Amino acid sequence: MADAAIMPHSAPDYNEAVVRKFVIATVFWAVVAFLVGVWLATELAWPQANLGLSFVNFGRLRPVHTSAAIFAFGGSALFATSFYVVQRTCRARLFGGEALADFVFWGYQFFIVMAALSYVMGFSQSQEYAEPQWHLDLWLTVVWVAYAVIFVGTLMKREEPHIYVANWFYLAFILTIAVLHIGNNLALPISMFSAQAYQVTSGVQNAMIQWWYGHNAVGFFLTAGFLGMMYYFIPKAANRPVYSYRLSVVHFWSLIFMYIWAGPHHLHWTALPDWTQTLGMAFSVMLWMPSWGGMINGLMTLSGAWDKLRTEPSLRFSVTAVGFYGMSTFEGPVMSVRDVNALSHYTDWTIGHVHSGALGWVAFISFGAVYYLVPVLWKRPGLYSMRLVSWHYWIATLGIVFYITSMWVAGIMQGLMWRAYDQFGFLQYSFAESVIALHPYYVIRLFGGLLFLIGALLMVYNLIQTVRGKISTSEQRIVMPAAVAVAGE
Amino acid sequence: MFRQEFIERNAFLLLVLTLVTIAIGGIIEVVPLFTIETTVEHVKGIRPYTPLEQRGRDIYVREGCYVCHSQQVRALRDEVERYGHFSLAAESMYDHPFQWGSKRIGPDLARVGGKYSNDWHYAHLSNPQSVVPESLMPAYAFLAETPLEADDIVARLRTLRAVGVPYTDGEIANAAVDMATQASPNADNVELLKRYPKAVTVPGNGRVVTEMDALVAYLQVLGTMVNFADPANERLQQ
Repeated sequence: MADAAIMPHSAPDYNEAVVRKFVIATVFWAVVAFLVGVWLATELAWPQANLGLSFVNFGRLRPVHTSAAIFAFGGSALFATSFYVVQRTCRARLFGGEALADFVFWGYQFFIVMAALSYVMGFSQSQEYAEPQWHLDLWLTVVWVAYAVIFVGTLMKREEPHIYVANWFYLAFILTIAVLHIGNNLALPISMFSAQAYQVTSGVQNAMIQWWYGHNAVGFFLTAGFLGMMYYFIPKAANRPVYSYRLSVVHFWSLIFMYIWAGPHHLHWTALPDWTQTLGMAFSVMLWMPSWGGMINGLMTLSGAWDKLRTEPSLRFSVTAVGFYGMSTFEGPVMSVRDVNALSHYTDWTIGHVHSGALGWVAFISFGAVYYLVPVLWKRPGLYSMRLVSWHYWIATLGIVFYITSMWVAGIMQGLMWRAYDQFGFLQYSFAESVIALHPYYVIRLFGGLLFLIGALLMVYNLIQTVRGKISTSEQRIVMPAAVAVAGE
Repeated sequence: MFRQEFIERNAFLLLVLTLVTIAIGGIIEVVPLFTIETTVEHVKGIRPYTPLEQRGRDIYVREGCYVCHSQQVRALRDEVERYGHFSLAAESMYDHPFQWGSKRIGPDLARVGGKYSNDWHYAHLSNPQSVVPESLMPAYAFLAETPLEADDIVARLRTLRAVGVPYTDGEIANAAVDMATQASPNADNVELLKRYPKAVTVPGNGRVVTEMDALVAYLQVLGTMVNFADPANERLQQ
């Protein structure tokens, strides 16, 4: 395993064109996702921001934000890194040739644009994180099969005897998302020419299938895929082998086995039968262990190389991401306990939890990978400015802190207000009173989101300058011999 | 064969074992929900939506109302006091797709039917802050200006029947009439109520059936189908 991580760069003629395209898409969609997020946060702080226009109403715009963040930004980052990693670790060019890879790129971008347009024009099927209508679902299936063919084909023709750990995670992500996407989108259209379709299942079964899908969009799209990223880019940037091979094996199999059970914790105390809720809760709590196994494996990879955090700001992103991953995967099991969930569900606590994962883990590990990839892919000596990366890091981190702490307070307060009784045994607060109480926290959340967006804009500027081959004049980079660097400690 | 050293040298084996591993949990949690009889209670009063209610539901789905409103009263004391009887599985058995939601930026709507007048709903949807000043809800005034697409109602009901909603041939044949009747207060609604008990007639604007008429008809039936005072439904009270 360790050998794969430090493999030399010479070797076959890799398809890096498609990786470059996906990296550009990653950065572009990141800005779009954060921008729409900031707008939505404004709408919640000041509803006048809905402007009275149907196509920017919160209900239509919210899936634009979630799809842009998860599928456009996260998805493009996964495509970029999986195509990069699978070629390097298999020492093989992408299977299927350039045309197939380009089809996956343009096909996927087309899907994203059409999905976003369909939401704002009023064509959501309102299954959370699976909002596109049936014809777009079919199109995505075709693109996804092509993606799987490329990935598995490349694994098949590899020159390396072993399949590297990052690829196990990418493979599980690709396969499981295919199963989930098809399983959750079974719908019958009213005609071939209408966007309208009705879900094949209804009510309680539909709810279970939706959250089997929904939670594993988190588990496999936002976790397994990004763990693949962690297992490649942290060892590369730190120039250390993965901490423990055995832990990787246990991490992989236990994580993919347990995640798939966790869905029912989205349906506690509902009409879903108790036995299903209990199973979902039990597996969600157990899931804490493989999650932290992965976190430990990622963090301990830095042992002996912690000093690099000072000199490599991009590694700082990746490592902080793993820290947030550990935090979110501890918070998740806590919230999946039925009695905690009674308080937290339906409140902004969930929103805070999701964003500690989405901003802290998914976005940060992607930023780390992008900062690593751009100089390599465009064959530049280094990033334009390390100081800007540092600024990005701190502004974004501060943004996350504002975001998640305000949502924790808001969520817990909201939950407590809903269940508060006065001295006569009546409910103490009307729903509207809980809405007013949230206003200051919604403003703080908006501020946090704005900081995160500003950080991303700094990244865009830095990357553009890097691609243009510039090096910041204010930064004198002296490459210190290793001995001097150590002496400097 | 099950040693990792072997599995990771064989892409196909890794693929198959991964698929098997991720299939187990889903199968165990999903399949029994279709086979265990008690998953959905047998309860009196649940009926398919009227054509107008169903069209209102389509608009509810299209606009993404579920991102702010749940439709699921949980079996918790404060929720039952705030919203009414906890939701039964049977109450969403004809919901394709379900709209239980996962966030309450606004209140739960599972039992909103009958709590407010039709006029209140029209005013509220057009300008929510005019009746609830604290509200964060966007305005849906455009629904009152959009005529309801009515041509495809038969295709919609047929499709719903194909996925399990028990519309009769008579109900499908009368779909267009029922839809118009429910949106005109002066029309004779005896037949409509025979087919769909508790259907609420909405005032409309007297000229054309709008999307807002459909949405209000849908909101007004939410949570009203089961009569919890009926002794036959008593064993549901846990």
